[in-house]
Order: sequence, then C-alpha cells, then structure tokens
Amino acid sequence: MNVSAPQHHPNFDEGWDDPAIAARRKKTALQVMLAVITALFFLFTIAFLIRAQYPDYESLAAPWQPLANPWLLWVNSGILLLASLSFHWAVVSARSENINATRDGLYLAGFFTVMFLISQLWLWQQLIALGYYVNSNPANSFFYLFTGLHGLHLLAGLFLWLKTLREARGGLPLSLLQSSVALCATYWHFLFVVWLLLFSLIVGDQATFRAIAAFCGF
Amino acid sequence: MAYAEDAERETLHHPKSFWTKYVWSQDHKVIAIQYSLTAIFAGLVALVLSALMRMQIGFPGALEFIDQNAYYQFMTMHGMIMVIYLLTALFLGGFGNYLIPLMCGARDMVFPFLNMLSYWFYLLSVIILMSSFFVPGGPTGAGWTLYPPQSISAGTPGTEWGIVLMMISLAVFIVAATMGGLNYVTTVLQARTHGMSLFRLPLTVWGIFIATVLALLAFPALFVSAIMLLFDKLLGTSFFMPAMVSMGQTLDYNGGSPILFQHLFWFFGHPEVYIVALPAFGLVSDLISTHARKPIFGYKMMVWAIVAIGVLSFVVWAHHMYVSGMNPYFGFFFATTTLVIAVPTALKVYNWVLTLFRGDIHLTVPMLFALAFILTFLNGGLTGLFLGNVAVDLPLSDTYFVVAHFHMVMGVAPILVVFGSIYHWYPKITGRMLNDTIGRLHFWITFIGTYTIYFPMHYLGFLGMPRRYYAYEDYDFIPQSAHDLNSFITVVALIVGVSQLLFLFNLFYSYFKGKPAGGNPWKATSLEWLTPQTPPAHGNWGEKLPVVHRWAYDYSVPGVAEDYVPQTVPESEAPIHDKGI
Ligand code: HEM
Ligand SMILES: [Cu+2]
Repeated sequence: MNVSAPQHHPNFDEGWDDPAIAARRKKTALQVMLAVITALFFLFTIAFLIRAQYPDYESLAAPWQPLANPWLLWVNSGILLLASLSFHWAVVSARSENINATRDGLYLAGFFTVMFLISQLWLWQQLIALGYYVNSNPANSFFYLFTGLHGLHLLAGLFLWLKTLREARGGLPLSLLQSSVALCATYWHFLFVVWLLLFSLIVGDQATFRAIAAFCGF
Repeated sequence: MAYAEDAERETLHHPKSFWTKYVWSQDHKVIAIQYSLTAIFAGLVALVLSALMRMQIGFPGALEFIDQNAYYQFMTMHGMIMVIYLLTALFLGGFGNYLIPLMCGARDMVFPFLNMLSYWFYLLSVIILMSSFFVPGGPTGAGWTLYPPQSISAGTPGTEWGIVLMMISLAVFIVAATMGGLNYVTTVLQARTHGMSLFRLPLTVWGIFIATVLALLAFPALFVSAIMLLFDKLLGTSFFMPAMVSMGQTLDYNGGSPILFQHLFWFFGHPEVYIVALPAFGLVSDLISTHARKPIFGYKMMVWAIVAIGVLSFVVWAHHMYVSGMNPYFGFFFATTTLVIAVPTALKVYNWVLTLFRGDIHLTVPMLFALAFILTFLNGGLTGLFLGNVAVDLPLSDTYFVVAHFHMVMGVAPILVVFGSIYHWYPKITGRMLNDTIGRLHFWITFIGTYTIYFPMHYLGFLGMPRRYYAYEDYDFIPQSAHDLNSFITVVALIVGVSQLLFLFNLFYSYFKGKPAGGNPWKATSLEWLTPQTPPAHGNWGEKLPVVHRWAYDYSVPGVAEDYVPQTVPESEAPIHDKGI
C-alpha cells in the first residue's frame, strides 16, 4: 500500500475534527446507540409479554412471593435516581463553568451507580438464598436476565464515566467537558427509564400482561 | 476524548511499524481489507462444505465420512457462514468500511479505534465459530435457523459444545457489527465533505447506510434469541423449551414457547435478507451507471425505494412461519406485506433496466456481473412471490423450490455483486487491474454454472423433493430422473466451486503483475476515484478535502466532451444533469 501520508496533521484541517464537530459526532453515535438498546429491551419486553401469559408464570411479586413487598426494588430505584440526578448536577455545573462542582457531581454519580449495582447483586443473593433460582420459574428467569443485562449496560457506562472523570480531572477545555458530561448524563437517564420499565415488568401481575397482550393482538 | 484519543490519532495517522500499519490498524481501508479477507476465508470454508453436501446428494455414500450428523453439521455451518460471516461481514465491514469514507469525502471513519475493535471482535467470532469443528461432538447441526427444542436436545449433533459456541460466536459478531454500524451511520450523517448533501451520495452509500440501520435494529432480535436459548441450554431455564420427553426421559423443561423463538429469529432473519440485498442494490446501481455511461434512472426513486424496503422488511417476518401455524388473519397480513415489498423492489429492477436502455454499454467484467445479477435476482424475486402466498407456500415449503429460491435471491445474486464490485474497485484498492481474460472466464463459469445448479432445483421442488434431507434413496415419489439430475447438479457445483480458484489466483496474481490502473480506470465520477494517490494514502485526500458540486451520475452530459463529469467539477465548467439533486 502507498504510504505517502500528508505532512501536517490531517485531522485538523477544514473542521474535519474541530471540537464542536467531534462533540456532534459523539452525540449522533450516542443517539444511534440508544436506538439499538431500545430495540434490544423492546424485544425482551415482547418476549416477556408472550412468555408471561403461559400458566406456569408466577410473578415474583405475587402475595406469597419474596417481592410481594418490593421495597428493595424501590430503594434501588431511588439509588439509581440519585445517580441520574448527580449527573444532572454535573451537567448544570459544567454549563455554568464550575469545574469543581462538575467533578463532585461525577464522583457522586459513580458512587451511586456502584451502590446500585452492589445492591442489585445483594438482591440476587437474597433470592438465591431463598431458593429462587434462575430456572425455577420463568418469572425468575426474566428477573435475573433483566437485572443482569441492565447492570451490564451500567457497567459499560462506567467506562464512559471513567473517561469523563479523567477529562474533568485533567483540565480538558470546558466546552469539550460539557459535551462529554452531557452524553454520560443522557445515557444514565435513559438507563433509569429502562430500569423503570423492567421494574414494572418484574412486579406486574399476569392479568395485566394478558390484557396488554390481548390489546396488542397476540 | 482528551489525551488517550490524541494518542490514538498519532498511531492512526503516522503508523510507524508494520504492526500498527497492517495489523492493529485504525485506517478504514486496511480494516476493510482485513474484514474482506477474513470473510472470504470463511466463505471458502462454507463453499467446501457445500461441495461435500452436494457429493452426498449427488452420489450418496461416495464419501464415507459424511454420515447424517456430518451432513447436518455441514448444512448448518454452510448456511450460517454464508449469510452472516461472509455476506454481512463483507458488505458492511468490507465494502462499507472501504467505500463510505471515500465516497462521502471523509478522512476516515469518525471513530477509528472503535472501527478497529469491530474487526477484531469479528475475527474473534469467526475463530469461535470455526473452533466448533474441533470440539467434542463437533459443530451444531440444528440448521441455520437453530429452532429449539431440537437445537439443544439430544439427538441433534453438536448439542454438547457446538450450539453453545455458535450462540457465543453470534453474540460476539453482533457486538462487532454494532460497533461497526455506529461508525458507518455516524460517518454518513456527520462526516460528509463540503457540498456532499445526502442526495448527492452514490447509491452504494445509501444501500450500505440503510442496511446498517437495519442491522443495528434487527441484530438485537438475534441477540435476544441467542441469549435466551443459551440460558435454556446452560442454566436450564424454559424460555423456549416446552415440557418434553427425550429418549424416554422427562426433561426438566416446562412450558416454554418454541414459536416465540421463531418469531424472534425471523424478526432478525427477514431484515437480514435485506442487510445483504440493500448493499448489493446500491453497489450494482453504481456498476450499471458507470459501465453504461448513463445517469442512474430515477435516482431519488431509487433512494426512496431503498428506504421503503428497509422499513417494510420489519413487517414481513412471519412469511417464514406459515407452516408453523398461525391465526389466518396473520397469514393474510404477512402475505400482503410480502407482496407490497415487491413493489419498491420491482421498481429498482425497472430502473436498472431503464438505465441500461440506450446506454453506451461497456461489457466489462464488472458490467457482466451486474447484468447477471439483474437476471438472477429477477428469477429469485419471482419465485419469492410464489412463496409469499400462504396457499402456495404450504406445499412448497421445505422443498428444493425453497432452496432454489433463496440461493438465487440472497445467495448467488449478492455474490455476483460481490464479484462485480471487486473487479470494479480492485484497481483503486491495489492500483492494478485484475486480469480481464481470467475475469471473463470466471464470470461465465460462475454465471452459467450457478444457473445450471439452481434452475433445475425449482423442478425438484415441484416433485416434492424435501430440503434438509441426508438421503433421498427409496422414496417412491422421487423418480430416477431426479437422482440423475442431482448427480448432474453436483458435478456442476464442483466445477463452479473449483473455478473460484481462478478468482483467487487473479486476486493474487494481479496484485503483483496486473496492469497499472491509474487513478480512475473506469472514468467514474464519484469521489473515491479522485483521490490524489492510488491506492489512497492515510487521510485519503492529501492537503485538502474535496469539494462536491454535483451528484455522482453525470455521465454523457450533453455538450461536454468527456462522457463523465466528476463530482468535484463546478457548474461553471460543465452543466449539471439533474438540477433537482
Ligand atoms: C455454489 C455455491 C453453493 C452451493 C453448491 C450450495 C449448496 C447448498 C446445499 C446443498 C444446501 C443444503 C440443502 C439442504 O440439504 O436442504 C444449502 C443450504 C443453504 N445455503 Fe447454500 N450453497 C451455495 C451457496 C450459498 C450462498 C452464497 C449462500 C448465502 C446466502 C447460501 C446459503 C444457504 C443457506 C441459508 C442454506 C440453508 C441451511 C439450512 O437449511 O439450515 N448458500 N446450500
Ligand atoms: Cu423473509
């Protein structure tokens, strides 16, 4: 292959990679990625709605089941909400050019996210201790599948978070930092909404699912 | 973004060693070649498997090592490799990677590091898949559709390891395709050069772009089914597995829905057909226009047809499930949507023919392949109309009619475009022309050969010869003449298979000995032919990005001496054919 590379740094000519354009590209990529994740969880939801209509489905939130009073799920939702809010704070702070507050917001967001993940794992452990294994009932299977996948998405998000944190600590130009923080925040808000959906599937009762399915025609 | 990425950029644009230049490369052109070579290697494996299957069908028992299990394993691996690891990877990872940045006038993909990761994940998925040939029990023999319960129940070959490796490999492939897809979509949307509006993009970019969108939205369905099936297999869940007695023993499964798997699979599976077809449509449009020296007929119509096909492809999936049983109204719905999707598809065929009409047709090797594509795709599309109707599909389903149909429409037709496109763009990629004589020989053997293989299969299907059978002896309804036909088909298939060595030889030989191509051997208009160096250097465009003034199809513009006007020529120097664009 021919290798007569151009002499100057080719990335910086004619706006090919100036920061504003780079930020816009990342935003587009994130939007596309969110569409993909939406498709993924949408399909899981459909699969769930179909499978949950079969007679053997026994919701984990049924009166005699361990999540009859799903207070732990509410607590976890609260923690995840705090993570989301922390990100929001970071975004606002970055916009008002307050680097320190931005950094604190990021730290808090990371902290609450890790808390959430640990707490979810703890919930897993509780259920396993009670004998609610992944294969004992389709409701359990979906529970572990949903929480696991959602957790993996957060874990992947933590890589973005780490990168952004490094930027915040390394004194990246503020305009760039603003866009990175905003992208992270969007991702977290999105995953919070996904979590609410999964939550409702986990605790919903079969009659509701049957009604939804009937309404949609399957 | 900050420092790490600056470092990435350094390696990207000033690769120092052999390793960073050709192996851990972040240059879209090198990645494209890596993708292509890996895909072609996988394709050759699948080709050998098809030859082995044909041996068993044409000359039963001639090769002793092909028992029932081996046949099903070959069949499954052949189908899956051809569809996913060859065609999808080659069109998106190969042609998409090479052509999108060049045709958009970009310096590279927008996220080169992610692009590199995409290739290495793809390679990993291929390695995982191929490794299943060497594990106890061998690869899965479940059929490329992987339907449970049989795909994970005793009796099907490869239920120990094969099926697990298959699903892990698919999951890894999907991650790779998603990373690549993010790049392709973002590059098309956000990295086009000055003046390159969406409606000035060559149809190749449109085809690959929409196919990528389909891939991004359809692969999750395969991912979901693979993950849930993996749970059923490894963790004993019952997402898809019903209560079952297998080999006299009651299994632990209970209440799962096999039909659910089929819906998920085909929600991916049908768009997959178009993930392969749309890039082929785009590429072939450019081949036809360039070698017929005429503007593509109905450019905007072509774009909207691609978009319409993309959208419709998500609402036809259950035409693969007529025999699984469904509400008659659903059958009616899916038959209707299937026929509706034929409208934009037929429109494309008409437009190709109208582009050829009174064109200055150069019967170059790429053009020969493009013409062969039209014929083959037309044939496969017509039989699709048969199979789309419930009442006609029921008797034909699972016969050789279906094998003939899908090989024509999504096997041979896209492969012909792959060949045509390689003959067309090889000069840009290597700086040398492929040998013309070998090319023509390769073309005629492949075109006549594949037609000879698949055309008679329609007839075998009408006879009722079932597909996915290991042995066809001793059935009253299969006459001796059908067996003779099968032997004949096998002989032709072997000839076609071996003749692909001509192509491989040509690729290799011309790389060293081919005629130097110059920058623009076909006198084409789109940006990739206008790079300052051939093959294009890192960063593609030298000092300055190109500026675009017109669409990509200004061929034979009246009043212009040359019969083509490159996209970078301003209106003051040559009139623009289609001002609307
Ligand atoms: C000359 C080249 C080829 C030959 C001779 C060939 C031959 C075969 C044969 C003998 C079967 C098994 C039929 C059965 O037992 O039911 C088969 C199945 C299949 N082939 Fe090909 N094939 C070729 C190329 C391709 C290509 C390019 C594709 C790409 C789409 C493809 C996709 C498939 C698929 C999806 C199946 C179905 C596998 C299954 O039933 O699970 N083939 N082919
Ligand atoms: Cu289909």
